[in-house]
Amino acid sequence: MTIGTPMLRKEDPKLLTGEGKFVDDIHVSGELWMGMVRSPMAHAKILSVDVSEALKMPGVHSAYSGADLNGMGLWAAPLPCAWPVTEDMVNPPHFPVAAEYARHVGEIVAVVLADSRYGAADAAEAVIVDFEQLPAVASLDEAVADSKMAHSDLSTNKAYHWALEPDNAAVEAAFANAAHTVTGNFVQQRMIPAAMEPRGVLAVPSPHGGELTLYSASQVPHLLKVLIAATTGLPENKLRVIAPAVGGGFGAKLNVNPDELLAATLSNKLAKPVRWTETRSEAAFSTHQGRGQNQRIELAADADGKVTGCRVHLDADMGAYMMLITPGVPLLGSFLYTGVYDIPAFGFTCDGHFTNLTPTDAYRGAGRPEASYAIERAMDMLAAEMGMDPAELRRRNYIAGGDHFENFTVSSTLAFDSGHYGPNLDKALEMADYDGLRAEQKKRRDAGDAKQLGIGMVTYVEICGLAPSRALGGLNFNSGGWEHATVRMLPTGKVEVVSGSTPHGQGHETSWSQIIATKFGMDPNDVEVLHSDTALSPLGLDTYGSRSLSVGGVAIAMAADKVIEKARLMAAHMFEAAPGDVEYENGSFSVKGTPAKSVHIAELGFGAFLAHDLPDGMEPNLQEQVSFDPPNFAFPFGTHVAVVEIDEGTGNVELLDYIAVDDCGNQVNPLIVEGQVHGGIVQGVGQALFEAAAYDEDGNCQNPSFLDYLVPSPMEMPNIKTDYTYTPSTSNILGVKGVGEAGTIGSAAAVMNAVVDGLSPHGVKDMKMPATPQRVWNAIQGVTV
Amino acid sequence: MLISDLCKTDSVNANNVAVQVKVNGASHSHEVEPRTLLVHYLREDVGLTGTNVGCDTSSCGACTVHLNGESVKSCTVLAVQADEMEVTTIEGLANGDEMHPMQTCFMNNHALQCGYCTPGMVMASVSLLDENPNPTEAEVREGLEGNLCRCTGYHNIVKAVLDAAGGQK
Repeated sequence: MTIGTPMLRKEDPKLLTGEGKFVDDIHVSGELWMGMVRSPMAHAKILSVDVSEALKMPGVHSAYSGADLNGMGLWAAPLPCAWPVTEDMVNPPHFPVAAEYARHVGEIVAVVLADSRYGAADAAEAVIVDFEQLPAVASLDEAVADSKMAHSDLSTNKAYHWALEPDNAAVEAAFANAAHTVTGNFVQQRMIPAAMEPRGVLAVPSPHGGELTLYSASQVPHLLKVLIAATTGLPENKLRVIAPAVGGGFGAKLNVNPDELLAATLSNKLAKPVRWTETRSEAAFSTHQGRGQNQRIELAADADGKVTGCRVHLDADMGAYMMLITPGVPLLGSFLYTGVYDIPAFGFTCDGHFTNLTPTDAYRGAGRPEASYAIERAMDMLAAEMGMDPAELRRRNYIAGGDHFENFTVSSTLAFDSGHYGPNLDKALEMADYDGLRAEQKKRRDAGDAKQLGIGMVTYVEICGLAPSRALGGLNFNSGGWEHATVRMLPTGKVEVVSGSTPHGQGHETSWSQIIATKFGMDPNDVEVLHSDTALSPLGLDTYGSRSLSVGGVAIAMAADKVIEKARLMAAHMFEAAPGDVEYENGSFSVKGTPAKSVHIAELGFGAFLAHDLPDGMEPNLQEQVSFDPPNFAFPFGTHVAVVEIDEGTGNVELLDYIAVDDCGNQVNPLIVEGQVHGGIVQGVGQALFEAAAYDEDGNCQNPSFLDYLVPSPMEMPNIKTDYTYTPSTSNILGVKGVGEAGTIGSAAAVMNAVVDGLSPHGVKDMKMPATPQRVWNAIQGVTV
Repeated sequence: MLISDLCKTDSVNANNVAVQVKVNGASHSHEVEPRTLLVHYLREDVGLTGTNVGCDTSSCGACTVHLNGESVKSCTVLAVQADEMEVTTIEGLANGDEMHPMQTCFMNNHALQCGYCTPGMVMASVSLLDENPNPTEAEVREGLEGNLCRCTGYHNIVKAVLDAAGGQK
């Protein structure tokens, strides 16, 4: 089961039998449950907080208002924002519990601690808070209008203006000389990430030793450790953060949250373990949301359909506060608005705005699905404008004419590692029977069928492998982009891999074992992967941005190579040969010309441990470590085709078929790749057809629970037809690119292109997401909503 | 939040009720608050944490267990309603070291990623095949409508259940 084989996952037996432990499964004696008292208003002045009734309730230990906590000196700094995108970005202080103003529904205004889950919920309801309601900025449009302030002490809702404008004169010229122009105004609605495991935290103090262990349903235990220290003043060397089994993340568990800081500081202060698990309905307020952008994209093209210029402006909804990377999410997309196309002139601007809504931050793809949506919808608009087949328009504009290329610098200034878009499109169209679909579509249109076909396609590209640390520095992102790995040959010939990546469903234990199995010529079941615990894996930058394989996995391969080189010196010593004469193949060393005499790398662990007979100057033990900082990003791509059936009588859209041909470079485990593609696609389909966090004019979320926030169920999804092309990355030694977000980056635009295509006989040129039956039916009637 | 909305009582401790439930073949007796949900009873009183809680509106099915042989969402059953009844949880499905065929089919078809919805999904799938041993793909999708998964897109879950159905023949 080496690299490239569909090994079944090592993670599965535990998860299939209930043996896997999530945070809410872990209990310690004497633990206290936190209950959060949350603001019922989107914007209000807090006049008073009365916890006296709560304190009288059975089992209640203590209760605190925001002012109480501020007075206890628990906070060394506000909640962190790691990405101040401009020097003058407005970043209002944000503390775990609001003391003076509540700025979104669900912001914590007091916390109670009780000895049971139900007791904490009861006590939270007994806290009496007197609010004075203030006007709320309840939508991005209201924030842009700027007539009400989300923060009453600010004079504008605008938090920053950021521009990526390499050559504005070229953009102006492209539009001045264009034969065709199109403008798309798109709304990326707010999304509730909805990982199936709600977030939760458990802090266990050591009152006499001073250590603090924090269990959190987190994608980022390593970042959390540093940032808890920075925001609370608790000594970093006394902190241990563990992300046990984590039930999905999708970006929503990539933050530093009020509950985590409260658990850490209160458990330390009270010398008692403190825990909290969010309820699903609470998650719409206690966990950040995704998307929330208004996009304007303009394309200029010549008479042949060659796109010559692309100009983009975004207004982005920050929500009430800047969380860890809130302001940077649009920047992650900014470089991708020219997509897979060779568009010589490009300009991008973005304004970030505060609203009185739950903060936004990363959600699967983080900025890149939005970018892909805008360019791929705009390409379809241009094709419609020119009366050209959308596949043909794409083909005419691919980088390198659709041929294979390496290290191509696009007008947004990034150098794409490699691409080969033409054959990828061909394969997708062939799998979809594109010509047959168009014929069927024409037949139904001619017959005036009640159910009409819509066919949509995208060719997406994404930026993965976050990130060259210097590139992040250049963007003012206060984090590195490296990943760390240690590979350890144990005395008995088994291997331990220590990884700084933090899986939450991605199957790292399996993939990393396959990398070692390939490098060392051994059974992947003889490899154990240690991760997600800062005591076991002290160095790491965790899992997000489709980075784990192309940065973390590569670090493991590099560390394995270093182990091989050390072992080669040991083998040469043993064979009394020059190291240059020692060959290595499939785990075994032998001297050139005498293959009968050989030693397996696994047999060298014991000698390295004993250290009785090592070459002069060699350190004992056979282990090596690598911190890999990638020289460039990786740019996976793919072509997706969506086929929808639109019921003209009801407006219902059914996804009939979905074809995905992805290219993530070389694959370590095709089974896991396929799973990532499936899940990603369905999340984008959810955005296109079903999901939207809906707010009323007062800033109340109307659909916080799963009753009315429509996560796709098995009923809405077809089987997904997948295939692949393989264009190795030039950014790393494995030639891998990343696939965690790919499906989501392609699918929302593919489905919406199909919906608009299906409605085009009615003169429909665009439609807002989600394409609900009501919206579609109205469009058929000629009503724009 | 919703737990207390649904289950508010004035003096909870005085009203504790004795329940006796057979879980995975073993008898358990506890005194519980009348409002205690079966899923919290299983997780926090019996100590079997394999059954997960994914929502508070009976929508996601992560908490699916078998109650007297039929699948129920254990967040929608009170522990006191399970008094004198038999519960099977995900921990009770395997036969010693040997996984139940449905568990094996989930593994063989990569029908889980993060694994959080998985216990409920497996329990619902076992129940589905009990009722309809030879389902079509559409019937599997309809039968699992009450179980949500955010990772897999359902493709491989449906494949696993069809695989398990085929294996029963």
